[in-house]
Amino acid sequence: FASIDAKPSKFSTDAKPNTLKEITSYNNFYEFGWDKSDPAQYAGQLVTDPWSIEIDGMVDKPGSYPLDDILKPVTLEQRIYRFRCVEAWSMVVPWIGFELSSLLNRVGVQPSAKYVAFQTLYRPEQMPGQKQGGIDWPYVEGLRIDEAMNPLTILATGLYDEEMPNQNGAPIRLIVPWKYGFKSIKSIVKISLTDKQPPTTWNQLQPREYGFYANVNPKVDHPRWSQATERRVGAGLFAGRQETLMFNGYGDEVAQLYKGMDLAKYY
Amino acid sequence: MISATLSAPINTALRRVPSWAVYLAGLIPLAWVVWLTLTGGIGVDPVKAIEHRLGKIALWFLIGGLAITPARRFLGINLIKYRRAIGLLAFFYVALHLIAWVVLDMGMLWAQAAADLIKRPYLFFGITAFVLLIPLAVTSNNASIRKLGKNWRRIHMLVYPAVALGVIHYLWQMKVISSEGWLWLGVFIALMAIRFRSFRW
Repeated sequence: FASIDAKPSKFSTDAKPNTLKEITSYNNFYEFGWDKSDPAQYAGQLVTDPWSIEIDGMVDKPGSYPLDDILKPVTLEQRIYRFRCVEAWSMVVPWIGFELSSLLNRVGVQPSAKYVAFQTLYRPEQMPGQKQGGIDWPYVEGLRIDEAMNPLTILATGLYDEEMPNQNGAPIRLIVPWKYGFKSIKSIVKISLTDKQPPTTWNQLQPREYGFYANVNPKVDHPRWSQATERRVGAGLFAGRQETLMFNGYGDEVAQLYKGMDLAKYY
Repeated sequence: MISATLSAPINTALRRVPSWAVYLAGLIPLAWVVWLTLTGGIGVDPVKAIEHRLGKIALWFLIGGLAITPARRFLGINLIKYRRAIGLLAFFYVALHLIAWVVLDMGMLWAQAAADLIKRPYLFFGITAFVLLIPLAVTSNNASIRKLGKNWRRIHMLVYPAVALGVIHYLWQMKVISSEGWLWLGVFIALMAIRFRSFRW
């Protein structure tokens, strides 16, 4: 890969990022299998060129946008973000991407739009996990429009100074750093603007365990485990656990989005 | 039952294997986990990998122990001599799995670990399985068999609920139950079915 020249960002954490090996060999990407090592093993067969994203719904300029056209006017930034999985482990990842709001502004979001829905590629011949049952493919996710427009929310096309590895959601994925990782949908092929809260895959599968909002919250436990602490992957065998921060430490940027909301109810 | 021409030489060969060799062989999976950990082959998340591997090895021995009686009854292969070794090895790996959880995974956050044990059914099932296995491990010696008489068999019936809870514990911790999970459940149910059916024969 040609190395990517990305601008630094004021939103980056100064925490030490995980290694490229850690980030690319420990993935939940069920499209390639259940095990965290499956994506690294099987995602190589995914063809990501050509790639386009269909943008539809309540937008002024709907259409199928080739990835090159989407990327042409954007300035790529490096965003070193904390990444907290709902399974209570975490990493620090130096993503490369651009703000989702810039794309949404280009296609013209209509005032009636309240939510953004996302969809992952469905291509079972290259994504063997999609041949298995258990999940209703394709994977879908969604954000409220103000969450989507927040400057922390990015579409990422790379990490470290490389193009996005397939197992991490090539060629383009969402990153919402104050939410559990499953909100950050991978390999996006469709973005729809809508006035209704869109269905989301994990919420449909286990509504008691995975909410639509899925904000990182140490006070609201997953029914099967505590969310008060997390294990930092790569910290070492006897490193123990660290405390989980409200909104994964991004409260200054996003807490106002949820003012007055009961976050135990809207988990 | 497979024909005696096949089972007899197998049993003859097995008779020559001392049970200490089974104990020793039972430590190979542990040696493998230690080797992978020391060489980095365990993966980027050694904590979860060690914890899960120890749990899975415990499951091998638990299911293996349950397979010994059906193996004799239906295949004519006599492994009864090694049942104690298999059972104690199972308990050993369950204990290591529990230690890995407390020390490596929970980082000895005792309060959180204790709260989780009570609040999370799959953890409660797991710890209950461990507790049920303690009297079995403690009485796995000739002196206990002599002293307890008939009660020894009764106590060791606890292995059935213990393994059942262990299998549920294993399936319940998954986000989506994998085909391997269903396979283990199927094997356990099949072993139970042939065992309790054979009581009536």
